[in-house]
Amino acid sequence: MIIHHPLLGPRDAQEFTYLGDASLIDRPDWQAEHAVDRFHDYLYLRDNPAGEHRELWFHEVGDRSWLVVTRNTLTHEITSVELARDVARSRGRSK
Amino acid sequence: MSESNGCAMRYSGFRVIKEALTGHRGWGPAWRDPEPQPSYDYVIIGGGGHGLATAYYLARHFGKKRIAVLEKGWIGGGNVGRNTTIIRSNYLLDGNEPFYEYSLKLWEGLEQELNYNAMVSQRGILNLYHNDAQRDAFVRRGNAMILSGADAELLSVEQIRARYPFLDFANARFPIRGGLAQHRGGTVRHDAVAWGYARGADSHGVDIIQNCEVTGFRIENGVCKGVETSRGYIGAGKVASCVAGSSSRVMALAGMRLPIESHVLQAFVSEGLKPLLPGVITFGAGHFYCSQSDKGGLVFGGDIDGYNSYAQRGNLPTVEDVCESGMALIPALGRARLLRMWGGVMDMSMDGSPIIDRTHVDGLYFNGGWCYGGFKATPASGMAYAHLLATDTPHETATAYRFDRFRRGLMIDEKGMGAQPNLH
Ligand SMILES: Cc1cc2nc3c(=O)[nH]c(=O)nc-3n(C[C@H](O)[C@H](O)[C@H](O)COP(=O)(O)OP(=O)(O)OC[C@H]3O[C@@H](n4cnc5c(N)ncnc54)[C@H](O)[C@@H]3O)c2cc1C
Repeated sequence: MIIHHPLLGPRDAQEFTYLGDASLIDRPDWQAEHAVDRFHDYLYLRDNPAGEHRELWFHEVGDRSWLVVTRNTLTHEITSVELARDVARSRGRSK
Repeated sequence: MSESNGCAMRYSGFRVIKEALTGHRGWGPAWRDPEPQPSYDYVIIGGGGHGLATAYYLARHFGKKRIAVLEKGWIGGGNVGRNTTIIRSNYLLDGNEPFYEYSLKLWEGLEQELNYNAMVSQRGILNLYHNDAQRDAFVRRGNAMILSGADAELLSVEQIRARYPFLDFANARFPIRGGLAQHRGGTVRHDAVAWGYARGADSHGVDIIQNCEVTGFRIENGVCKGVETSRGYIGAGKVASCVAGSSSRVMALAGMRLPIESHVLQAFVSEGLKPLLPGVITFGAGHFYCSQSDKGGLVFGGDIDGYNSYAQRGNLPTVEDVCESGMALIPALGRARLLRMWGGVMDMSMDGSPIIDRTHVDGLYFNGGWCYGGFKATPASGMAYAHLLATDTPHETATAYRFDRFRRGLMIDEKGMGAQPNLH
């Protein structure tokens, strides 16, 4: 698989390590009500869809940036690649 | 649903000779091809090894009737027909080892029980170690195995050399220092397991319904009443999901999210060779395992590809990695040509261990999260799931395989990797 890194262009997927579902960006608030339940779901439960999947890849042997890759789990086709930083900020995360 | 049928012919050596002399005209189909009934007491979703074994034990050992197995394709077309056929019970943790040892004991009696040649071959499995720390870890594991009634023996380099002289013992980076052997481990003909359980279940009245995909659940007031399928609605007293790599897709139809990711695992077979590898061996410095099939092919595999996938095919970097590991262990492997390779979709759980449990929906049960090690579990998984379905209590060897173990901090994480499915 080739991942089109937004800053570095086409890179072999072998340069990356895979973390999983991009919902891991949305870490629950530890002070929220039912925080224990939310952390359980956040840590352990996954949608695991067959089809389009937004997922986190880390450019470990490259520029060490985190990317959000949109990939089809039935065909392995990648349709979009964003910097995870941009995705997190667009969701109102400051850091 | 018929209680007896014409398919249940007994197999024997005498029968083989008789058929050979009479033109093989007397063999009947091994199981029926029934139309689905409007309702059953038990509907099992998934005609893989685990689903068929569950149906068999439910009928044979728990005396239950009105059971159906619904399979979206053909039985044996999933992981039960795609795996590298290794059986063993060399686990470390309390939640796992008694279960896998129970499974191995069931394998040992399986062919007599089913009157079916599943080619159970206890040719032994040997896990090699390459440094002192690994030896200590293997000694500990061997002791844990012995405590659970399994067999384990630490072998010296000389003992290993006598059986496997062609290994790269003096590898500069990963010299072989010894190994942990389980002599009762080995291989089983994988699709014969599906066929044997199917034939056994059918002969006890189970309807095996192929080309029947479950597309939804009918849930009323928190109770599961039946399943929608590609062949119409089927009512059920109890519904038991048992679909391995498709677990998340099927349970999503009941509104559930699971502690599971689906990943692809590849396997490889070389051209047929003269007998070379007498047992199963695994490399301790990389992920590589290998045995030789009775047809002569070297059957081997390694790591999962590492990203979510339902594609049933992997990518070349993993092929390269597996073959490099193989070459580091068995240099002669480089002379053999690769004949076939394929992929299967693994239900990788968050701690690397399976789940056999009820769900929050009454009458809906779940079996899955087998990762890449569920073939060896087939008999015990079937027995434990049948036990749960029949009695609503867990089998004594499967009490730890609960959904709530993640919430309660009781993970069964053999390798200590944390909630990262692609590392288990
Ligand atoms: C390459 C590879 C190597 C492996 N090597 C080993 C090994 O050496 N040792 C070991 O112990 N394990 C091994 N495994 C793991 C083992 O094969 C699996 O854990 C085990 O087979 C899973 O259980 P099963 O047999 O019931 O699954 P499957 O055979 O996959 O059965 C699930 C069935 O459910 C059906 N299904 C799915 N969705 C639906 C639906 N909606 N409606 C109806 N039916 C449905 C599927 O078609 C399938 O037939 C390996 C797996 C792979 C892929």
